[in-house]
Amino acid sequence: MQKLFLVACIVLLSACTSVQAWEKNLLAKPSMALVADENEIFLDEHIYFSKEASTGGQGVGGGGCGCN
Amino acid sequence: MQLSNTKLKKTKPKSKVSIKGKLALATCTLLQAGTPTAQAKSDEWEIDTAFLYYSEADGRIDIFEPVVTASKEINDDELLKFKVVYDVLTGSTPYGALPTNQVQTITNPSGNSNYTTPANELPMNSSFRDTRVAAGVDWTIPYSRLQKITWGANFSNEYDFTSLAGSATYAQDTDDRNRTYSIGVGFTSDKWDPVGGKNTEFAYMIDGESNSPQPKGGTDTKTTTDFMLGLTQVINRSTLMQFNLGYSNSSGYLTDPYRYISLVDGTTGTPLLGAGAPADAFPFLYEKRPDSRARNTFFWRTVHHLNEDVINVSYRYFTDDWGINSHTVDFRYRYELGNNHYLQPHLRYYAQTAADFYVHSLTAGAALPQYASADYRLGDFVGTTFGLKYGMKTAQNSEFTVRVELMNQTYNTVGTLIGEQNNQDIVPDLNATFLQIGYNFYW
Repeated sequence: MQKLFLVACIVLLSACTSVQAWEKNLLAKPSMALVADENEIFLDEHIYFSKEASTGGQGVGGGGCGCN
Repeated sequence: MQLSNTKLKKTKPKSKVSIKGKLALATCTLLQAGTPTAQAKSDEWEIDTAFLYYSEADGRIDIFEPVVTASKEINDDELLKFKVVYDVLTGSTPYGALPTNQVQTITNPSGNSNYTTPANELPMNSSFRDTRVAAGVDWTIPYSRLQKITWGANFSNEYDFTSLAGSATYAQDTDDRNRTYSIGVGFTSDKWDPVGGKNTEFAYMIDGESNSPQPKGGTDTKTTTDFMLGLTQVINRSTLMQFNLGYSNSSGYLTDPYRYISLVDGTTGTPLLGAGAPADAFPFLYEKRPDSRARNTFFWRTVHHLNEDVINVSYRYFTDDWGINSHTVDFRYRYELGNNHYLQPHLRYYAQTAADFYVHSLTAGAALPQYASADYRLGDFVGTTFGLKYGMKTAQNSEFTVRVELMNQTYNTVGTLIGEQNNQDIVPDLNATFLQIGYNFYW
């Protein structure tokens, strides 16, 4: 797992180009947010947490639930 | 608390700044270099509301779940966010008993009554009903132009379960704000207070309408500690990528206090009480899970801007020491219709392997394993979801969204089925529909 992460990071860092501040107009759009609709992702995570054995990946903490 | 809430401020008329955008900015501000940095403090709250209706086919679970999130900047880049969630759950759900060619009588979770399931039907407990209230707060504090910490706290309460959680996430941007490093830690403390007390692990189910006592414990607890390392990187003018590496460790009472496993004849596969069963027992044993669980996750997400549309795709690999491995792929395509309207198709694929101790049944008279559970969610299955969302910005700079999603879970049997089990659909497909309506506004 750690190796996978390391390899991914190396590939990522070697592939990216330097983007200047004035070139970030597209990246600045709300639709380009990593999570564009927080409630939607929150509700999806809650549903899948209660129906699947896997959790996590996107953050830490969060409220528990007796559903799983 | 989510590490992934990176979001720039929205373009908003009347020079007001989106609090949601600023909240995310504070969490992870790498993109801000391209936007004005001097942001006026907003006196308005940004309110995000959503209402979810989740409904499973075949009379299983229905959930009504409203969510309200309120965000406000209290000082420059210092942000507060509150979230309140209310769940109402009703319907029927399987608790581990297999369908068989016999009528089955099963004790309700309360232990004081029984229900009967006809032959060749999946037994489901129809008395399932619960409400849950959850509340959370995130407080983001900037320490410099490039450093932020977000403190989070969450509380939830339902009839038989209480959870208290705290988290802290530190985010550090590089000077050019093209990269953010983050590290997070979270701690969750949960308490079970099952109806009538938790069932003793591997105890027989006792006829709820008899005078024989069901072996029970009282309340119990579990704790979970989460760690996460994150890296978010601007790849080019139209692509953003995120990697998270997570580790989580739970310990304590991880068994489900209500779930049980069918006891069957080792040849015919039909229900059978083992020798030495107590008086008034039914052929079911309450499950038992390990008292610790370590999970690892690897998460990758890419957001890419096309001419007008946006692709948001993610992958998660999950593995734990219960023997469960899973792959999750999520794909959302935001298709701009013009005039502030959009459609967003959504595809999600999920596949997991079964836990080492997952079983369909236990053989009467055979030695018990160390752990066993027939919870279908610990089984081997594939889940697929197809969805479509429609969004519309209104003239008042509010946004209305509606989405419909269709979910299917198809289960594979694990190990060798015994006799009659080959004639039954022992883990039927689960089909569910979600309907979500969302509205956000400033107040």
